[in-house]
Amino acid sequence: MAKIKLNGKNISILEDTSLLSLLEKYKIDKKKIAIELNGKIVQKNRFQKTFLKNLDRVELVHFIGGG
Amino acid sequence: MSDELIISKKKYKSRLIIGTGKYKNFTETAKAIKASGADIVTVAVRRVNITNKKKEMLTDYIDTKKINLLPNTAGCFNSDEALRTLRLAREMGGWRLVKLEVLGDKKTLYPNMVETLKATKVLVKEGFKVMVYCTDDLIMTKQLEDLGASAVMPLASPIGSGQGILNKINLSIIIEQAKVPVIVDAGIGTPSDACIAMELGCDGVLVNSAIAYAKNPILMSSAFKDSVVAGRKAFLSKRMKKNFFGIASSPREGII
Repeated sequence: MAKIKLNGKNISILEDTSLLSLLEKYKIDKKKIAIELNGKIVQKNRFQKTFLKNLDRVELVHFIGGG
Repeated sequence: MSDELIISKKKYKSRLIIGTGKYKNFTETAKAIKASGADIVTVAVRRVNITNKKKEMLTDYIDTKKINLLPNTAGCFNSDEALRTLRLAREMGGWRLVKLEVLGDKKTLYPNMVETLKATKVLVKEGFKVMVYCTDDLIMTKQLEDLGASAVMPLASPIGSGQGILNKINLSIIIEQAKVPVIVDAGIGTPSDACIAMELGCDGVLVNSAIAYAKNPILMSSAFKDSVVAGRKAFLSKRMKKNFFGIASSPREGII
């Protein structure tokens, strides 16, 4: 298991989970979000090949209502 | 007569831009957008709530083929936060047209222009088309223009205050000298405020709270649509001169 921080929350995932699998786990459409891994943006075509390791920090953002 | 709003060489039918915050739910947001006739709506970038199983997203309710999303940096208090937000926004859907807003004071939500200028410079360099929320200060709008801003967005009054246009003179001076579109952003309280902005010669108006906080947001949204159209027509018509004394409209000739 790997411990990561997802949107500020500590969660445990299987070691070597890809960003794409993480999205699938939470049923999130990759078209509608953007991901920052340890402070760096990960392009969508890299989601499948980017694997999470212990202590990674993931920010998963989307558009919400705003002025 | 074609009279479209042009921002960075792209044409838009409506001169009313609306914000999507503060509505009761996404259905109401969608209806308000429709009633406004806007083809640009602002959106904010925030964390996905991973614990919420329902996970409805605003973008499920907006047809992005018809409506252009304008990502903003609301809530950012320095240039780095704003840059981070807009880079993520671009990654989300390839948007280049963005609204930069760097706040400087929590109470008034006045923009921090030092940080705003800094962020504008970087964003333009990175290929963004930046519409910039700013103070109603001619020197600031000029500097933003020189840095390559696609539009300047001076405030009418503090964000969400509904106080309307507090300084018509400043706004007129900015409009008179601007080479990029001037879009009044923040502080509009009623359709008449928006109409005045347009009569002064603004290229557009951005409204959020005044619509979302109305008792009937959908009706208010259509009222704003009409007021912006009316104000623009009035500006193009060139108003009559003001006179100190009365001048009768009916001729004296033939009086009985």
